[in-house]
Amino acid sequence: MIALSDQAAVTGVGETAYTRETARSQLALTLEAALAAIADAGLDPKDIDGVIPYGAGGVVAEDFITNFGLPDLRYSALTPMGGASPVAALQSAAMAVATGVANHVLVALGRGSVAGGRIAKRLAEMPQMRTVGEFEMPLGTNAPAQFYAHMARRHMGLYGTTVEQFAEVALTCRRHAQMNERAMMRKPMTRDDYFASRLIAEPFRLFDCSLESAGAAAVVVSGAARARDLRQRPVWIGGVAEGHPDSPSAITQRVDMTSFGLARAAPIAFRMAGVTPADIDVAEIYDCFTWVVICQLEDLGFCAKGEGGPFVEGGRIGLGGALPVNTHGGLLSEAHIAGMNHIVELVRQLRGACGARQVDDAEVGLVSGFGDLGDGALAIMHR
Amino acid sequence: MTSAFDQLPARPRPQPSAESQPYWDALKAHRLILQRCTNCRRVRHYPRPVCPHCYAFDYDWLDASGRGTVHSWTVSHHAFDPAFKAALPYATVTVDLDEGVRLQAPLKGSDAEQLRIGLPVVIDFDDIDSDLTLPCVRIAPRTGTPACPPTN
Repeated sequence: MIALSDQAAVTGVGETAYTRETARSQLALTLEAALAAIADAGLDPKDIDGVIPYGAGGVVAEDFITNFGLPDLRYSALTPMGGASPVAALQSAAMAVATGVANHVLVALGRGSVAGGRIAKRLAEMPQMRTVGEFEMPLGTNAPAQFYAHMARRHMGLYGTTVEQFAEVALTCRRHAQMNERAMMRKPMTRDDYFASRLIAEPFRLFDCSLESAGAAAVVVSGAARARDLRQRPVWIGGVAEGHPDSPSAITQRVDMTSFGLARAAPIAFRMAGVTPADIDVAEIYDCFTWVVICQLEDLGFCAKGEGGPFVEGGRIGLGGALPVNTHGGLLSEAHIAGMNHIVELVRQLRGACGARQVDDAEVGLVSGFGDLGDGALAIMHR
Repeated sequence: MTSAFDQLPARPRPQPSAESQPYWDALKAHRLILQRCTNCRRVRHYPRPVCPHCYAFDYDWLDASGRGTVHSWTVSHHAFDPAFKAALPYATVTVDLDEGVRLQAPLKGSDAEQLRIGLPVVIDFDDIDSDLTLPCVRIAPRTGTPACPPTN
């Protein structure tokens, strides 16, 4: 294996405002975030020679050529892994710049208004949901809250994980969002508020579920030689990997539904980066649902399988705790930009640019992605 | 002539593949059948073209026992597809069938409060309309030969 460690860096980040609804198109939002990321890197749009759009959306590489007049796009790819797509795209981008196929790869993800495009309908049209669509959607299993509830319930049954521990994740993300002017949900949340929220798919309540959002975020990944000469101090990709679980046709079919593809990616990325979980100063962990964070903490190796619930107790994952998690508020309280917002936040943390929510002296951090029926991806980055 | 029933949103229906058509046809006849590889004899579900163990394409169909245990479950309180709004709240169960494969089906005839991992269940059949029968799950009787309790 050609080591990708420190062969690529994130050199620019950008985003739009995050809102519940928008009159603007997914494409317009994506282009705005892309331009912000390119400007942040100190590049001109015409310097972009690689593009990885979101695998689950209508935006394609041709849109960037058309709108930015890209003179020489040499590399384009899709990483259609749902919420693991952005972090998996970092691996693909790092491969492209490490091999010299491209110099500056743009990874951009936008989501338009949810009105008229609710999640059950969107999912039914995705090819990777074909098995779920045939055998489970006709039963009334139509959305991720319902798919993943089976995983969470089994984890509770096998390991004694509790909804009080789910609440720790929700409350932590909300506290962090209050320090983030970009976050959609800045109103304080108490434990009583959490337990008063309505049931969605047991054991998940409304406040276990991520937001539906409109907006876009983007990053530029540059090769090592070029990254050092740009406007921002580079944030290096020390280790990166994607992991696909067994039997990902439906959650029902997963041999062990309490473990994700991330469990396969994590040892590869940690070895590549030459660090261990104990070295991580800040972690942006994909949080489509509270329990998904608990499971990933186990799959990442921060604790043993089954110990993720106790791990999140006692303020450990809050700012000031041993492992600050989702310092921007995550998908639960900042916005659901499919985890591209997690990458942006990690880069800003490692630049030391997060103001009130800055993790003191953050040197090494990680960002995870989780998507579809168990796909995972992990990037370990450092300043 | 229209009725209130016609105003209900259409529920999502399976789009059978070449491999799964016999499975759906059998459900209509109140039989649960599973693909079995004719080379290595291993059972697989949901239906798919090739055996994941020996890569053989040939298979026959095994009549399943209809017995299994609870692997996990959820109770839905929100209808992500409006077709299921009238059914709320409803439980769906992931079942470990005795044949070694899993399927998901709604719980019928019992309160979801009784569900726990490992609880014995039996598969029954729910005739949605003349063209569609879905599997459903009933909690197995505590003693004697497992059999389907009467439809509620």
